[in-house]
Amino acid sequence: MARVETCGSRLLRRLRFPIDQSIMIKAILIFNNHGKPRLSKFYEHYNEDTEQQIIRETFHLVSKRDENVCNFLEGGMLIGGSENRLIYRHYATLYFVFCVDSSESELGILDLIQVFVETLDKCFENVCELDLIFHVDKVHNILAEMVMGGMVLETNMNEIIIQVDAQNKMEKSETFIFQSPRQDR
Amino acid sequence: MALKIVKGSIDRMFDKNLQDLVRGIRNHKEDEAKYISTCIDEIKQELKQDNIAVKSNAVCKLTYLQMLGYDVSWAAFNIVEVMSSSKFTYKRIGYLAASQCFHESTDVIMLTTNQIRKDLSSPNQYDTGVALTGLSCFVTPDLARDLANDIMTLMSHTKPYIRKKAVLIMYKVFLKYPESLRPAFPRMKEKLEDPDPGVQSAAVNVICELARRNPKNYLSLAPLFFKLMTSSTNNWVLIKIIKLFGALTPLEPRLGKKLIEPLTNLIHSRILLCLSSVAVLISLSSGMPNHSASIQVMKYLGLLAMSKILKTHPKSVQSHKDLILQCLDDKDESIRLRALDLLYGMVSKKNLMEIVKKLMLHVDKAEGTTYRDELLTKIIDICSQSNYQYITNFEWYISILVELTRLEGTRHGHLIASQMLDVAIRVKAIRAFAVAQMATLLDNAHLLTGNTQHNGICEVLYAAAWICGEFSEHLEDPMATLEAMLRPKVATLPGHIQAVYVQNAAKLFSTVLRGQEGAPADSKVAQETSQLLIDRLPVFVQSANLEVQERASCILQLVKYIQKLQQKDVEVAEEVTALFAGELNPVAPKAQKKVPVPEGLDLDAWINEPPSGSESEDEGRKTKTKGKAVFAKEESRHTKPRYTEVDEKELAKRREVRKAEQANNPFYIKASPSSQKVYQEAVGVEHIPVVQIDLSVPLKVPGMPMSDQYVKQEEERREKNKADRKKKDKKKRREKGRQRRGDSGPESEEDITPAHMVDIVTEEMPETALYTIPCLFPSQKSSKHKKKKQKKEEKDKKKKKHQHHHHHSDGAGDESVQNGTVEEEEPLPVSKQSPFILSTQSNPCPLDIQVCDIQGNLHDGSQVVVSVIFENKCDSFIKSMEFNVMDSLNSKLQRPEGAGPHDSLTVPFQLPPGISNEARFIFSMQSIVMPQKLKGTLTFIVKVSWSCSPQSTHIPHYPNQIEVYLSRVPNTTGVDLTIKCLLTGSNQQYLLLRHPCNICPLCMCPCPSQADQTVSIDAKCDEPGLLGNVLDEIKLTFSQC
Repeated sequence: MARVETCGSRLLRRLRFPIDQSIMIKAILIFNNHGKPRLSKFYEHYNEDTEQQIIRETFHLVSKRDENVCNFLEGGMLIGGSENRLIYRHYATLYFVFCVDSSESELGILDLIQVFVETLDKCFENVCELDLIFHVDKVHNILAEMVMGGMVLETNMNEIIIQVDAQNKMEKSETFIFQSPRQDR
Repeated sequence: MALKIVKGSIDRMFDKNLQDLVRGIRNHKEDEAKYISTCIDEIKQELKQDNIAVKSNAVCKLTYLQMLGYDVSWAAFNIVEVMSSSKFTYKRIGYLAASQCFHESTDVIMLTTNQIRKDLSSPNQYDTGVALTGLSCFVTPDLARDLANDIMTLMSHTKPYIRKKAVLIMYKVFLKYPESLRPAFPRMKEKLEDPDPGVQSAAVNVICELARRNPKNYLSLAPLFFKLMTSSTNNWVLIKIIKLFGALTPLEPRLGKKLIEPLTNLIHSRILLCLSSVAVLISLSSGMPNHSASIQVMKYLGLLAMSKILKTHPKSVQSHKDLILQCLDDKDESIRLRALDLLYGMVSKKNLMEIVKKLMLHVDKAEGTTYRDELLTKIIDICSQSNYQYITNFEWYISILVELTRLEGTRHGHLIASQMLDVAIRVKAIRAFAVAQMATLLDNAHLLTGNTQHNGICEVLYAAAWICGEFSEHLEDPMATLEAMLRPKVATLPGHIQAVYVQNAAKLFSTVLRGQEGAPADSKVAQETSQLLIDRLPVFVQSANLEVQERASCILQLVKYIQKLQQKDVEVAEEVTALFAGELNPVAPKAQKKVPVPEGLDLDAWINEPPSGSESEDEGRKTKTKGKAVFAKEESRHTKPRYTEVDEKELAKRREVRKAEQANNPFYIKASPSSQKVYQEAVGVEHIPVVQIDLSVPLKVPGMPMSDQYVKQEEERREKNKADRKKKDKKKRREKGRQRRGDSGPESEEDITPAHMVDIVTEEMPETALYTIPCLFPSQKSSKHKKKKQKKEEKDKKKKKHQHHHHHSDGAGDESVQNGTVEEEEPLPVSKQSPFILSTQSNPCPLDIQVCDIQGNLHDGSQVVVSVIFENKCDSFIKSMEFNVMDSLNSKLQRPEGAGPHDSLTVPFQLPPGISNEARFIFSMQSIVMPQKLKGTLTFIVKVSWSCSPQSTHIPHYPNQIEVYLSRVPNTTGVDLTIKCLLTGSNQQYLLLRHPCNICPLCMCPCPSQADQTVSIDAKCDEPGLLGNVLDEIKLTFSQC
């Protein structure tokens, strides 16, 4: 009997192995001062409803904080509670929030947010909220050059911009038969 | 015409790309949901088209809608279609959509394997890149297994862009498919030295993350990392490597010495430096009104670092206590929470009151309920940690708890309530005070309940009602409290609280009755009290809550009956009180473990046979063949050792966990002895802040105590102690003429004597254990009683119906020795070999005598009641039994008045053949610390049917103890075993010794394993003399068996 149990628990342990191993960045959220999501990228799977709740909860946590207070707080209930930290920055009308686990350096992530925003600024030329609203796909593409599957891929802004530009050039070179890209604001 | 229609519809659809969709949503703010649902319909139409451009446009819009919270999993197949487009633009859209909405249980993922493989080997690096990025988000174990080889090839791709991504994604692959780690690892190691810094950093990232989980396997990489660290300029890489070294150093000291020592020293000095600079920073910034966010960031990180250092170097953090307290004033909640965490580890007996007082101020000020609740739990955590180790004055603690009840809308009412109950039960001295406070609370219940129904704080009333009821003897005005508990408003409280109210109203009622009946003139008043209950209880009888209803109707009937009796002028108070007699005692959390598994119960056995499994069948068969009794016996023998094993295992496990924790903690650095010393020395008496007590804080609820006053009291008490001690010191100094500064300087923790003692019950035996008989000694001051007695009895036999006298044949005379134990329980040796040795004659003794119980007397602490079972084992009638025990210095058999000191007591019954009966004898004791032996005689007459001339042959009888032997070796040597009940049978393996007033000064748990002849006994006692004596006895006993 005892042996059966041991066997079972070993199996369980193996099954659990991947689940235990968490990725470092759980989610990247951008929302505006009213909590409207402008970009959400979850590196762990949640269903759509939970994702929306997480965004709302995070907004609630972040928005009630003054300026001039520190940029870290503990995660909400939905996204792991005190295991995780929310590291955020507030730029004009937008909040950039990274939800990370304890293995990431807080200052490092803060720096990463800065790199992200500066990159957006370079790519969109004076980025504003409207750019993010209408070109969420481009923002995703830029983000994909920085963070991959919850891990930091590149922190050098120049390198990121080179890759993004190269891909955009490639996109343009592919001729469009029916559709011409519009520049909407 | 047809062409025109087609073209038109195409135009219409193409009008709506992502930007149009966003704009449309923004223009339809009022009916957004409706607009989006029409859009989704359009998208469905578009997805049905063959044109890949249309499809990709639709998928792009879906990605956006997914972000808004719409489920788009129905389009999963279309997403796969778009992913497989040959055009980079569409492919990217497809992969983006997939990364957003695919997850492990998406079934179409398995269709993508070949497509992804194709993309991975595409000549276009961006095709590959996009595939890798997408894959990193939705990789499944299957995909990981199928694609691991392809990705591994990519790790040596010519383009660093691809190499970088491939290296990073390998981490995901390892997670999903751990078998890939071994073959991929050498290549991963190579990548650490990749010429491209991006690839290098990715490899460091992956390996550090792997090593964090299991540092041991990555020790061999340490030299490589060391080289990297000295050469790299990338901050990310540096942070990761330093974290990795944090994990590696504890594992390999040799390596640490060789390579990392200079590094560790560097970091260590930096951390300490950093700690003090953070401290400076914090103090600086809190002085400035407008500190910038960056300083806040530093503060936060500093506190975070401190909490990590606190675990390993508590002393060094404690010296920054004042700063941390300042951080509690910070306006930033994150910082306050961090500071709170730190406080937990910093309290001591000295500063507890001060810290809690500070926290209480914050509780008053706190605006958000979350933070306030956090404060509340922290206060209680801090105070109650390690069994209230730091609390020196429980009146103060109760007052704090009472003050906390004033918080409105807190969720933690039950927490406060459980603390109140815990303290009131465990700290006896505090009960009177607690009851008074609780009575005030009950009286002011309307303040607590307020208007909100789901107000958590009313939980406190639960505790208040129970405490008032249970310890009602301490109430000053039980009548008033009874009335307060029966107010109609109580019916609005939650059901479980009402139930407690009703039950405790009955307890109070009994107290009130007793008080009132004491004064004979007040029989009217007593009846009025009953009437009050009869009037008020019907409200509860109608309660919707079953528990309340049941209790109320039961008590209502009872009270009606009592009233009837009262009208007949019958005194009922005593009987009513008897309903609630007895005392509830706390039970330790581990108590369950000490209850032995009953014989015959096999906890490991299946209730229903498992369906299959050859092994378990084998075992089952064995059990069967052996027979139940044998098995059970074996079980009982094994259980005890197993308990200790579990304990050891647990300890070891905990140790492991702690080690692992330290190992994983990058901030953990082994202490260098010198630095610690510096900090220890710093905590001198000069550093103890002198607190100014602010007494101007007004009382909020009349009659409620202010906890502050205790702070002051405490200060005074401490001052006094200090002064006393100083005086003594001075004297000593003068005498010795030496400097004693070193010893007398710092006020050590031990010097602060608590005002009340807590019952620490962690080791206490459960009341419910089968074999324990609760000792009911009323505590007599602090004296402990122990009793152990021994009695000896002697028996005589005569073949004829004659009467025999027994003498003490033992040379030791009548000086009896009592073994001091607080209480003993003794299992009866039921075996045929009774503990009594009968006579040396060949004739068996007709009478079997056993001491079955020794109890403290309920009414008089110095009395002990010994129950003796007499069993007639012969075929004749036994009568005229007389029992006598010689008085010793310490113990005296209580005889009826008028009897001389040497007279025997008549046993009040006769024994027909085969019958046993029990007689009780009372002894009065002087001291319970010393072991005592009692010797006594028993005379009796055996009626024998055959006629014979009365022979008055005197047969010497051995005085034997009634005690139990360790083994069944007949004790013919006259050795006095005074420990009772040391394992005789298979299941009587306990020696239980308990204290009369339940504080448990002595508690033992022998774990004899008969197989290897070793016995270990754990004992705990606050009375060294007692413990020593008992242990000596045990040793002696064992050495003789």
